[in-house]
Amino acid sequence: MKRIAPALILAAGLFLPAVGLAEDGVSPGTFVANNVWMMLCAGLVFIMHLGFATLESGLTRAKNTTNILFKNTFIVSAGILTYALLGFNLMYPGEFNGFLGFAGVGLGGGYDPAANTPGYADGGYTYWTDFLFQAMFAATAATIVSGAVAERIKLSAFMIFAAIFVAVVYTIAGSWKWGGGFLDGMGFYDFAGSTLVHSVGGWGALAGVLLLGPRLGKYVGGRVHPIPGSNMPLATVGVFLLWLGWFGFNGGSVLSADPALTSFVLVTTCLAASAGAVVAIGTSWFVFGKPDLSMALNGVLAGLVGITAGADTVGITSAVIIGAVAGALVVGSVMFFDRVKIDDPVGAISVHLTCGIWGTLAVGIFSTNPEHSVLVQLIGVACYGAFTFGAALALFGVLKLTIGIRVSEEEELEGLDLSEHGMHAYDLGAGPGWQEQTPGLASLGAAPSAAPALAGSES
Amino acid sequence: MKKIQAIIKPFKLDEAKQALADLNVVGMTVSEVKGFGRQKGHSELYRGAEYVVDFLPKVQLEVVVPDDLVEKVAMALTESARTGSIGDGKVFVLPVEDAVRIRTGEHGDSALT
Repeated sequence: MKRIAPALILAAGLFLPAVGLAEDGVSPGTFVANNVWMMLCAGLVFIMHLGFATLESGLTRAKNTTNILFKNTFIVSAGILTYALLGFNLMYPGEFNGFLGFAGVGLGGGYDPAANTPGYADGGYTYWTDFLFQAMFAATAATIVSGAVAERIKLSAFMIFAAIFVAVVYTIAGSWKWGGGFLDGMGFYDFAGSTLVHSVGGWGALAGVLLLGPRLGKYVGGRVHPIPGSNMPLATVGVFLLWLGWFGFNGGSVLSADPALTSFVLVTTCLAASAGAVVAIGTSWFVFGKPDLSMALNGVLAGLVGITAGADTVGITSAVIIGAVAGALVVGSVMFFDRVKIDDPVGAISVHLTCGIWGTLAVGIFSTNPEHSVLVQLIGVACYGAFTFGAALALFGVLKLTIGIRVSEEEELEGLDLSEHGMHAYDLGAGPGWQEQTPGLASLGAAPSAAPALAGSES
Repeated sequence: MKKIQAIIKPFKLDEAKQALADLNVVGMTVSEVKGFGRQKGHSELYRGAEYVVDFLPKVQLEVVVPDDLVEKVAMALTESARTGSIGDGKVFVLPVEDAVRIRTGEHGDSALT
């Protein structure tokens, strides 16, 4: 019985070309292609969460890795759930006043048959594809924050912040443009989210680190004491996963599988990423005196964030310029934040806020569409900044006053893995594995060992 | 019997091991340690900020030998681990009260050979 209905629909669909195209001009084959592409892109954006998890793990210390991974696992899971519960309908309320609207709790609209036909979104995708793709975007905003507040944030406070930030702040702000709100009406343009996703995450991150303070020992004695990352291969894996994910992030923001536009967007995206990397390499090498891998990696992301606002509407040369400028900006931004003692372990604020703003303004400068202007882009940046930064500040502020947002000094020194989770991420050589012993074995009559012997004792 | 404890540069381990084998010294224990003497650390760069690393990786090689081998072994280790540059390391000689072979229970010098 279950197989018959889809088969009938498919059969009926095959007749449609014979009677001309469906009402909106999209053939069934195109509809399928669009959905396949969009769902593939949703999967690619999803894998960016693995990219964030590994990048953050690589650029922070091993004693906090479990905590990083835990936060990243929670963010995407909670994000998808809250987006299904209310986020999607806050971001896309349908007809509303342009500032705040809500289309109701849950995803009931998806069960309307019309929601899964070419009529729903000009044949680009079904309701479910729409929800899924957008849901994957939503959680990336909070994940940006997790990198900046790493190694000292209190887990419970972060989980509460992230859940509310994604559910309500990201979504209401998003409705102003993608939901058809007032900024959309003004002509503000953000193709795939330099502002709506990246700068929103960046503002949240900035609010967080301002209220949190720097990690212990980072800015002692008037100097910057670097806290090097624990795993460069992992950081690199992360950035390449993110770059791969961007094929979906930008490619899917075309909102169909239009061959010309999607292929063009993927090209501008990759050109910007490459330019960002190369210029960041050159800039950091020149300024620091040695080629810094972490800056090269940040450069890739800077270029990607920079092109995200206008990947479909700027020319090829412009894409390279946008990426190149982003690559230089991110290096300067990282240095600036260290100079003013704002501690950002992974450069999240520099990559996502600084370059997110740049990418947005770049649309006004480089767009081939004469309706785009720097002024309107600037207004958009200001609106998102005021709202998102203010909301994040309020959220973190309330949490700081109630449950506290930072772990104790002792917990921070011991490492969040042990203090918050009671679980090491790595076998650092002092746990059961080192003795090749199962903790419970002693009770079976095997000789119990003494306290672990120090290295170098009598052989 | 004495314990000879040598702290040497890691890449010298193979030569030191070979020098001991040449003397028919059959066993040793090796551990990875960090340390410094007069050799200063080096500076590293991370995201534009410089920091000094004081402790350098070294290898600690320990071997317990009968008294008649002590001088030869100490010399062999010293010469095989020498590069001539600062940071070559040190050899220490410590007294040992007794040694026991776990498998057989033998004591004294026979536990060593």
